[in-house]
Amino acid sequence: MSTQIPKQTEKTEETAAETETEAPSKGDERRAEKRRRADERRRQREVEEAEKAAADENTVELRVFRYDPDIEGKQEPRFDTFHVPFTKGMTVLDALMYARDTYDSSLTFRHSCRQAVCGSDAMFVNGGQKLACKTQIDELEEPIRVEPLPHAEVTKDLVVDMEHFYDQMEAVEPYFQTNEYPDGELEEQRQSRENREKVKMSTRCIWCSACMSSCNIAAGDNEYLGPAAINKAYRFAMDEREGEDVKQKRLEIIEQEHGVWRCQTQFSCTEVCPKDIPLTEHIQELKREAVKNNLKFW
Amino acid sequence: MSQSYNRGLIEDFSRWREFEAGMWAWIFHKFTGWVLIGYLFTHIAVLSTAIPASGAETAVLQAGNDVYTQTIVSLEGLLLVRVLEVGLLSVAVFHMLNGTRLLLVDLGVGLESQDKSFYASLILTGAITVASVPTFIAGAF
Repeated sequence: MSTQIPKQTEKTEETAAETETEAPSKGDERRAEKRRRADERRRQREVEEAEKAAADENTVELRVFRYDPDIEGKQEPRFDTFHVPFTKGMTVLDALMYARDTYDSSLTFRHSCRQAVCGSDAMFVNGGQKLACKTQIDELEEPIRVEPLPHAEVTKDLVVDMEHFYDQMEAVEPYFQTNEYPDGELEEQRQSRENREKVKMSTRCIWCSACMSSCNIAAGDNEYLGPAAINKAYRFAMDEREGEDVKQKRLEIIEQEHGVWRCQTQFSCTEVCPKDIPLTEHIQELKREAVKNNLKFW
Repeated sequence: MSQSYNRGLIEDFSRWREFEAGMWAWIFHKFTGWVLIGYLFTHIAVLSTAIPASGAETAVLQAGNDVYTQTIVSLEGLLLVRVLEVGLLSVAVFHMLNGTRLLLVDLGVGLESQDKSFYASLILTGAITVASVPTFIAGAF
């Protein structure tokens, strides 16, 4: 239902079967014939199912971005329409999985935990960066447009290249470092409750890249660290256990040319974050930290 | 790579309608900023043509025959200029109010209600603009 490609493969199959008719045995022929019929039946069933779904009132219409650089007929980006039967509590990811399992097994997208923890399935749904597994279908207007994340290279269908995002995340050294150790050798590095509260929201990042994709500045400046990376930097710079020396190092990373000062407080990242991290607030706080760190009146 | 890949229409289709308050605020702030810069230079250009008025006789000034008064009077006599005055006021007021909003944002005050403060500055701008119409348009028709 979704592409012209199956027809082409059918044709090649037929010609292959025809050329082979001279040599192979009757059994081979029968098997080929059987396979072809099974294929046809499957395709017919798919078409029927799609028609039934389209006629049924309780279905949702999905318009999904399709693109595959490896197959000649799919190199031109296009939208495919899928009619998915609605079930209570259905998310965009559920609908996509249904479409993939029922209609077109070549539909490609990332997903893993299906409960907003792994951060694999950030997509551009109805014009906004959303986590497909926590976006309820009934909250969306139909037809639902599902596209890969904007401002990223599309690898295939809804899959984008995340390498640049990961590079930016790594640039802020997103791991605990310190040179201030407690006295006793077996002493723990304890964090105060207040300090934990301060960094709490920033620890919730699941690296889904929705904020990076929504950021207008990141779209125009490839070197900009981006909201997620700055949030990671915030998480560690504000952690008191790291000590003064490491904090200085962190502030140096943060206040470089393509660091916090590129942010123009458009609040796009804060709006799209599926974990409700107040990204803009954290960026603004780091800006103030950077200023306080450099301003000397004596 | 965030910027190099061109997906054609897909990249910008159906995008602008989905902007949230903060993004609109940013766009309007940029736009009004450029308008104000444009106005500033026009302002300087127009007024500098009226500089010779400073050397005019007192009697000429009192009679309103000097080049400065003439420039202003002839400009304000145009309906277009009167309408533009209203536009200039609204642009300046929005830029001021949103500038104050951005100041608060920079100070980390009330970031949760940044969208409300944007709507408030829009409404206030509208109200002040409407209130200014009688002053600017009076006698233009």
